[in-house]
Amino acid sequence: MKKSGAQIVWECLVKEGITTIFGYPGGANLPIYDAMRDYPQIHHVLPRHEQGGGHMADGYARVSGKVGVAMGTSGPGATNLVTAIATAHMDSIPMVFITAQVTSKLIGYDAFQETDVTGITLPITKHNYLVTDVEDIMPTLREAFYIAKSGRPGPVLVDITKDAQQAFVSDWEYDDTQIVLKGYRPDFTPAASSIQQAADLINSAKRPVILAGHGVLMGNAMSEFKEFAEKNNVPVAMTLLGMGGFPAHHPLNLGMMGMHGESWVNTAIQEADLLLAFGMRFDDRVTGSLNSYARNAKKIHIEIDPSEVNKNVRVDVGLIGNIKEILAQVTPLVEKNERAEWRKVIADLKGETAVRDIVNLPDSGHLYAAHVINELRRLVSRDTIITTDVGQHQMWTAQYFKIEEAHTMVTSGGLGTMGFGLPSAIGAKLAKPDREVWTVVGDGGFQMTAAELSTIAQEKIKVNVAIINNGFLGMVRQWQEFFYDKNYASTPMISPDFVKLAEAHGLKGLRASTRAEAQVAIQEAREYPGSVVIDFRVEQEDSVYPMVPAGAALNEMIRRPSVIVETPQDE
Amino acid sequence: MLHTLVILVEDKPGVLNRIASLFRRRTYNIESLTVGHTDISGLSRMTITVEGTQDHIERLTAYLYKLVNVIQVEDLTNRKMVSRDLALIKVNTQTEKRTEIFQMVEVFRAKVVDVTTESLIIEITGTDEKINGFIEVMKPLGIIEMVRTGAVAMERGSDSLINLPESGFEKK
Repeated sequence: MKKSGAQIVWECLVKEGITTIFGYPGGANLPIYDAMRDYPQIHHVLPRHEQGGGHMADGYARVSGKVGVAMGTSGPGATNLVTAIATAHMDSIPMVFITAQVTSKLIGYDAFQETDVTGITLPITKHNYLVTDVEDIMPTLREAFYIAKSGRPGPVLVDITKDAQQAFVSDWEYDDTQIVLKGYRPDFTPAASSIQQAADLINSAKRPVILAGHGVLMGNAMSEFKEFAEKNNVPVAMTLLGMGGFPAHHPLNLGMMGMHGESWVNTAIQEADLLLAFGMRFDDRVTGSLNSYARNAKKIHIEIDPSEVNKNVRVDVGLIGNIKEILAQVTPLVEKNERAEWRKVIADLKGETAVRDIVNLPDSGHLYAAHVINELRRLVSRDTIITTDVGQHQMWTAQYFKIEEAHTMVTSGGLGTMGFGLPSAIGAKLAKPDREVWTVVGDGGFQMTAAELSTIAQEKIKVNVAIINNGFLGMVRQWQEFFYDKNYASTPMISPDFVKLAEAHGLKGLRASTRAEAQVAIQEAREYPGSVVIDFRVEQEDSVYPMVPAGAALNEMIRRPSVIVETPQDE
Repeated sequence: MLHTLVILVEDKPGVLNRIASLFRRRTYNIESLTVGHTDISGLSRMTITVEGTQDHIERLTAYLYKLVNVIQVEDLTNRKMVSRDLALIKVNTQTEKRTEIFQMVEVFRAKVVDVTTESLIIEITGTDEKINGFIEVMKPLGIIEMVRTGAVAMERGSDSLINLPESGFEKK
């Protein structure tokens, strides 16, 4: 059948099973938008900025497991997507970005809204394409989806010229044959001898710790993981993105490791004699100084991307391949073990720390972020999806919002993208409309993409926004307090009235300044039929503890102060 | 130490940029780079020399394999190989050293490929060391201009480096 390039784009999206996309129209992608009316089975969401659209598609992908699709026009439309592309790249999210390019004859002549988008995005995509011929649209989009979701997932960008969108293929038919890419190797299988070697190391270890990363979730290996951990009773430390791969309440789950990991977690890692790194990449935020990192531990690394093995940390056994399959092979070779002694050591470390925790201290009338997040956890259901922005509130959420179920936590880990929280929550809600969705944001990050409140209103969806408002760019302020002599350069922040801002968008706004008010506000927001924005006025100069200063050894933590010093409340 | 890598890539637009961008992004420094067609359709061959420890080069190889257009990467450094570089050197012959220049061309088994009353262009092929040696000798004799191709390399013996059946490519 005769199809235009623009129609072929939609046909391919339908064939890939895409039901929701996030895009912004403009001059160069008008043909695609013109053809959209013929494809009502795909719901198109209009963000208020392409970056927001990109993060929405990202949030959509993270909770649904499907490929997220975002579109933008040429030039500024495409460059506005760059932050969203880099975010997805760092966190290995399967996404396809479709950008439009000026007519092929104009490429290279600095035409209106022309940008070298494939050049710009080359280092932040898994792969990218420039399509100038209508005949190439289908094979390229098929490859793009295949690359995005296979192996270690990642974003793929397809830049399609306006003339290719407008041209026709006379006898168009969808090709669904197997894609073969000569230089692309998504599948690896470790040798049986390496699997045995790993099992032997596990069986002879006295103080093993699992480092569970995003790969457990991406590889859908949650049940294999649980079976392995329980059989050998190996304590589990989580990376930020690994949360949800193993239930938080599980007695083997120690919690988050790294810069803001609890001291018992980091100490356990430092004292371990075997580290089992499952789908994680030894990022500097989880290792601290590499020279002093787990010096007495042997290391086993299960990883889908060969370039991650021996990148930051030299390992004794690298098992490259699908974690679900590898764990299914390793577990039968591992002996049952109680590990009572080792677990007792960690339990003692844990007991000593808990007494310093703010949520265990008496109510002083001041509201702390930890209280808000603790209350939120207590009041919402286990399958509630929580997204975060980046900064202090993100770390507090990681510490206090105990994640029990897979794919219920959405956060920008690798890139640390402020402005990610609100749009990713919109994407998550559209992927899982039956779930309760909250985003926890700071007053700073929220304002980077606050315009997306309009998108919430237009889509008529319910997404609750918890603003942890401390009047500062809190994490930067914390670094200034600890490492720059309290020189609070450009971190105090005046914000609009968030209650009125919500109301201006037709949403409900609430405010809370005490623990009691916080509880009431959360309940009210849950019961209200529409979206609610809550402005939580929290302690201004609170810090995230414990903290491993950048470049310090993992067990050199700034601990929670045993006495809380509060700034006077402004009455 | 200096490593000699042979990288087989799909002959597609932008591939050279992807390779070069990877070296830059991962902070490797390309000493020399050559690229050209092979006897296999759709397959280009690059020879890149790069400074680094064994560990660095192993990481680089893993990164290169992540590129969708990269078919095969081989490090020939510790293998028996033939490595050749070509240089064109324009020298001034308006001096009393003219005879000496011709003698050196003989000694190094170089070739004179252009002659004017004032100058010569000398073509020399060989290993990096040989060409460096020749340039050192020519410097005091008056180099006007020079250009080098960078190394191309091939493993000795009767086997092909290219894993043809696995690559999915066919001979032209």
